[in-house]
Amino acid sequence: MSELNDLYQELILDHKRHPRNFRDMPDATRAVDGHNPLCGDQLRLFVKVVEGRVEDVSFIGVGCAISMASASMLTEAVKGRAVDEAQRLFADVHDLLTSDDPHTDPAELGNLGALAGVHEYPMRVKCATLCWHTLDTALTSDADSVTTE
Amino acid sequence: MNAIIKPTSAADWDVARVRRDFPILDQEVHGHPLAYLDNAATTQKPRSVIEAMDQYYRRDNANVHRGVHALAERATTEFEAARESVRRFINAASTREIVFVRGTTEAINLVASSFGQGLREGDEVILTAMEHHANIVPWQLLRERSGVVLRVLPITPEGELDLEALPGLFSARTRLLALTHVSNALGTINPVRHIVAMAHEHGVPVLLDGAQAVPHMRVDVQALDCDFYAFSGHKLFGPTGIGVLYGRELLLQAMPPYQGGGEMIRMVSFEKTTFAGLPYRFEAGTPDIAGAIGLGRAIEYLEKLDWDAATVYEHRLLEYATDRLKDIPGLRVIGEARDKVALVSFVMDDVHPHDMGTILDHSGLAVRAGHHCAMPVMTFYQVPATSRAAMAFYNTAEEIDRLAAALRHARELLA
Repeated sequence: MSELNDLYQELILDHKRHPRNFRDMPDATRAVDGHNPLCGDQLRLFVKVVEGRVEDVSFIGVGCAISMASASMLTEAVKGRAVDEAQRLFADVHDLLTSDDPHTDPAELGNLGALAGVHEYPMRVKCATLCWHTLDTALTSDADSVTTE
Repeated sequence: MNAIIKPTSAADWDVARVRRDFPILDQEVHGHPLAYLDNAATTQKPRSVIEAMDQYYRRDNANVHRGVHALAERATTEFEAARESVRRFINAASTREIVFVRGTTEAINLVASSFGQGLREGDEVILTAMEHHANIVPWQLLRERSGVVLRVLPITPEGELDLEALPGLFSARTRLLALTHVSNALGTINPVRHIVAMAHEHGVPVLLDGAQAVPHMRVDVQALDCDFYAFSGHKLFGPTGIGVLYGRELLLQAMPPYQGGGEMIRMVSFEKTTFAGLPYRFEAGTPDIAGAIGLGRAIEYLEKLDWDAATVYEHRLLEYATDRLKDIPGLRVIGEARDKVALVSFVMDDVHPHDMGTILDHSGLAVRAGHHCAMPVMTFYQVPATSRAAMAFYNTAEEIDRLAAALRHARELLA
């Protein structure tokens, strides 16, 4: 079962059991719905961008452990960052999870490095990237929703 | 107190022997013997089916109903023999009533498209709340085209059709009742004979989605008295890409073609085309010849089995699985109809079905996690998805024991 523990690391399980910033945000500047039609995961990501900086970020939704933990870790990682930094983080996480030869070093991503194990589970990558695509949509477009299709 | 007896290989059902007919079952997944419990998604194929399709391509491949050469003759003979096998299997009155299609989905689309052409704005089609999307969406497309009204028979919390509500759904404008014989998400066996009789009292024809029924019970379309019956080859231990629409001959005669092209015509000129007779009128283009032959061989395999013993064995597997799973903390079975096929849908507190699927896979257990293409059912039970252990006559009590152990492990890991 060692492989399984690579996926369900303690840090991921902790975020799954106690999701951070799991709340509505009435004064958000953007709210975007993310939907994974394959497994039914649904989340709404809120961001409050003030002067090019992500002042606050939160989410609500239902989904598997991977999707919930990834969203929870996203909020911790992105909060307080400049928008372009947050976008770079999205690119790095995306690279780490989807590339066969990632240039991103998990160790440099802090807690987010715990998501690296998802790479070995192609059917689960979308669970982890859903919230990140939702963030990208919130920061770069006017769309109100995004799906993993 | 435990009255459930663990099903074992008995004299009447030698499961070990049956398993040897299915080569794919003999393999390891993640270091464990494969326990294939995803039979409602697709079933595995006996060796005879695999070999028949292999032989067809090695020796007999030719287009059907066209050439006069030896291979065309062989291919046509085998293809039509498969149609006869299907006819015999569901006891249709004639092979003219057996239309080969890609699967259940195409069969229902064919009816919605062709039979649907005779429907007018305000005409009504009755569906049920436990339908697979394949028996919802084609009717919604028809609604968009012609303004038919869809009425939906509700289900009870146990997962049975609320039959008391059915009489109230019939009106002078009801043109069809389309429902599933067995629910793919809940396992419920619907009392379709009774329902067909009720519908016929109102002069309403009935389409049955039999995709989940044919692998578990003998179906006699004349005894059921249904007007259409749809099923897929790949859920019946046959290949993908082939399925069957049974239609009562009088109804099919009156229906316009579904697709146009070769095979379905008698004479073509640019002024006028006359169409072929049944069933070819509904089979435009070169069919899935190898698929039909494979399906025919699957049926021949099933006909050699002791079907009564298989049914009893599957029912014991269902009772055993239900009993073992119900004991697991935090687990809730979704769908507790009195009459079920060997299928258990369930959710577990704090463990999402998608995580469940991954964890079980690590123990070599193949189950389905998701909405099972039955989102209205998920909405009814207020769950985003369920895990589903769908058994076939080649599954064993030992596999159920492994499932129960892995479920307990999943809860320890994630909850």
